[in-house]
Amino acid sequence: MTDPIRRNGYLVRDRDWQPDALTPAYKTSVARSPRNALLSFPTGLAEHSAPVFGHDMLGPLDNDLILNFAQPGEMALGPRILVKGRVLDQYGRGMPGVLVEAWQANSGGRYRHRNEGYRAPLDPNFGGCGRTITGPDGSYEFRTVLPGPYPWPNGMADWRPAHIHFSLMGHAFAQRLITQMYFEGDPMIWQCPIIGSIDDRQAIETLVASLDMGETLPMDARVYTFDMVLRGRRQTFFENRWEGL
Amino acid sequence: MVQKHALLKETPSQTAGPYVHIGLTPNVSGIGGVYAEDPGATMKTGPVQGPEISLSGHVYDGTGAVVRDALVEIWQPDAAGLFNAAEETRGTPDPNFTGWGRCATDLDSGLYSFDTVKPGRVPVADGRLQAPFITVWIVARGINIGLHTRAYFADEEAANAEDPLLTRIEHRARVPTLMAQPEGDGKYRFDIVLQGDNETIFLDM
Ligand SMILES: [Fe+2]
Repeated sequence: MTDPIRRNGYLVRDRDWQPDALTPAYKTSVARSPRNALLSFPTGLAEHSAPVFGHDMLGPLDNDLILNFAQPGEMALGPRILVKGRVLDQYGRGMPGVLVEAWQANSGGRYRHRNEGYRAPLDPNFGGCGRTITGPDGSYEFRTVLPGPYPWPNGMADWRPAHIHFSLMGHAFAQRLITQMYFEGDPMIWQCPIIGSIDDRQAIETLVASLDMGETLPMDARVYTFDMVLRGRRQTFFENRWEGL
Repeated sequence: MVQKHALLKETPSQTAGPYVHIGLTPNVSGIGGVYAEDPGATMKTGPVQGPEISLSGHVYDGTGAVVRDALVEIWQPDAAGLFNAAEETRGTPDPNFTGWGRCATDLDSGLYSFDTVKPGRVPVADGRLQAPFITVWIVARGINIGLHTRAYFADEEAANAEDPLLTRIEHRARVPTLMAQPEGDGKYRFDIVLQGDNETIFLDM
């Protein structure tokens, strides 16, 4: 009789590292946070699978926010940056084929959205969305402009630090994640109630991209590096080979 | 001290915020011309196998107000219970059915809606069959980390009665929060309640 060690599914999500649902300083969370405990259960194929996206769905400018909404011959206004990094799993392995979608305000802090209430102007050449699919080593990059900080209706003096929103569709619905990237050195990071939804200072620091001047594209763009980590899939050593890779 | 073998920590979640539409459904939010089609806008790429259904509903907050700036994604197998995914090893799924849909709740009415197929049954690891269900994921302003739940079908009484997840729910009065209600003609209604008396059961996964 054999009794292989079967490590099914994904590493348990660390709920202490992740933000709580109810974080009253972020006022909107008060009425939108479940009060009951989440139901734990043995996950299965529905949670361990995800749709597959091919690079053929991407247009050539999908990851270039400076150009993908601009009129021919024009560009979005603002400090030019390249945001690059890798999507890793918790074992440190690069994750290929991850759909990475990004959205952000323009360099004045204004979103192109019906519900936007900030009086800063729109940039006619900036839409604010981009997407890409990670390469074989999990790498991705976006060219964009530095988003501006903006005021928002929470406390009377709340401003969001400059940030880029990211959505990640990995290899499993259990890995589905939306997060935000912040910029090294921004003092507003430590005053933000949305960032404050995360208790652990080290966890917050993992959301801050580093400014890598050595990688600067001369007379073009500064480079920020930002890695993201999705839950790791357990591997099983079964009949003398590893499964689940 | 002991040896250190640290796994990396999962990136912390942050709210999708009020402008999630810009990134995830740009075409329906007025940012046309960047992508040919919003991802997940269509789940059927041709004639599909099995019964076609719609799944729609509202998202409610703890005061009973409709949440008009949420985004809902669904993920499910085809009518035969096969996922259109790399992890599917049990057979060939319907090539005209993606299984994945994304829909923002309407900025005015708050309604979300998916045109999809009735999912087939999928076994769990020990071989028991699950009742048909659709995986549902909700994000919005005010939601710090995406909420997972399942839409089962209220008209699948026999299958629901033996479903491994449904039968492990201790608070039986809450089970109906996971049931999409048939409204005839293949239409199912699945409302999601974020908080309060009829709070939907959300899943830890
Ligand atoms: Fe934002």
